[in-house]
Amino acid sequence: MVFDINDLNNLHIDVLREIGNIGAGNAATALAKMLGRKVDMEVPKVRIVEFKDVSDILGGAEMSVVGILLNVHGDIKGNILFVLQIDAAHILVNMVLGKPLENIDDFNELEISALKEIGNILTGSYISALSALTGLDIKPSVPNMAIDMAGAILSVPAIEFGKVGDTVLYIETEFKEGANRVIGDFFLIPDVESYETMLKALGVLS
Amino acid sequence: MDNIIRVGMADLRSSRHPCILTTLGLGSCVGIALYDTYTKVVGLAHIMLPSSAQSRNKSNIAKFADTAIEKLVEDMLKLGANRRHLVAKIAGGAQMFAFEDSSEMIRIGARNVISTKEKLEELKIPILAEDTGGNHGRTIELYSCDGSLLIKTIGHGVKKI
Repeated sequence: MVFDINDLNNLHIDVLREIGNIGAGNAATALAKMLGRKVDMEVPKVRIVEFKDVSDILGGAEMSVVGILLNVHGDIKGNILFVLQIDAAHILVNMVLGKPLENIDDFNELEISALKEIGNILTGSYISALSALTGLDIKPSVPNMAIDMAGAILSVPAIEFGKVGDTVLYIETEFKEGANRVIGDFFLIPDVESYETMLKALGVLS
Repeated sequence: MDNIIRVGMADLRSSRHPCILTTLGLGSCVGIALYDTYTKVVGLAHIMLPSSAQSRNKSNIAKFADTAIEKLVEDMLKLGANRRHLVAKIAGGAQMFAFEDSSEMIRIGARNVISTKEKLEELKIPILAEDTGGNHGRTIELYSCDGSLLIKTIGHGVKKI
């Protein structure tokens, strides 16, 4: 039988939510260490959306965001996307580099490489927690960063889903730095077969 | 104020004059704007993938360049457009992320553009202008008054084609 994301039951959704919780939890811990500040995390959301609604996921298709995208391969395949609103990205990079938080000049080369490195550390923590939880071998690619419209960035993983279906299933976890000045989102967007692999590895799908 | 109609990802719409058809945040996807130069009937498709031929699931025909263009033309003819008066403008097909380990996903934008052009040529619809490729997103607005296509970007300016 071919696994269909429309057949997911509540138990499966709970398990996927827990995957988001553990992955992003580990990433939030890494971020807190890096910043020396408290970082809170929201309860992850597991959502299935139609393509026409994809561009609104982040609160507006034209909103300017920083997106850091990794391919994952190994036992599961797909994408991990870490998204920060542009203002949040400025504050985050200022915190890391010890600059005044209000500095919102265009990102210079150092700031861009700092952002990439932050993305690398956070997504790496997410993947290692996911790998430890499921016992699956998950290898990340080198992260790539783009600063552009939210809709254009989200379309990249959406197209992968387009090859097999008409909806996108994703696990989103929002985190906030203590004073709520940095809000970011993690999206775990495995391909359809990998959902099946993850659910089987966790014993909730036979 | 003209009627503004939004077209989502993997979606297509057509309308009689006067109206503005818009689609937001095109990345690797391609926006295909068709215009009847006499009746001013307009149509806009936001396609994600080049061809329905290799796909297992074809239920959403607006998703693929080939099937979306066919459907869009059909819908416009129903609104009074004439096949011989149709012209096209296209935008999008960017590569948003530059991956080092080259995979199929990367060239999807370029492949979407090629497939769109092939289909338009097959239907003998001339492409008057295009703004494709690059590595940035685009929002487009198609005006039924003159068939112009406004392209907005972040950091790459605004232009009308």
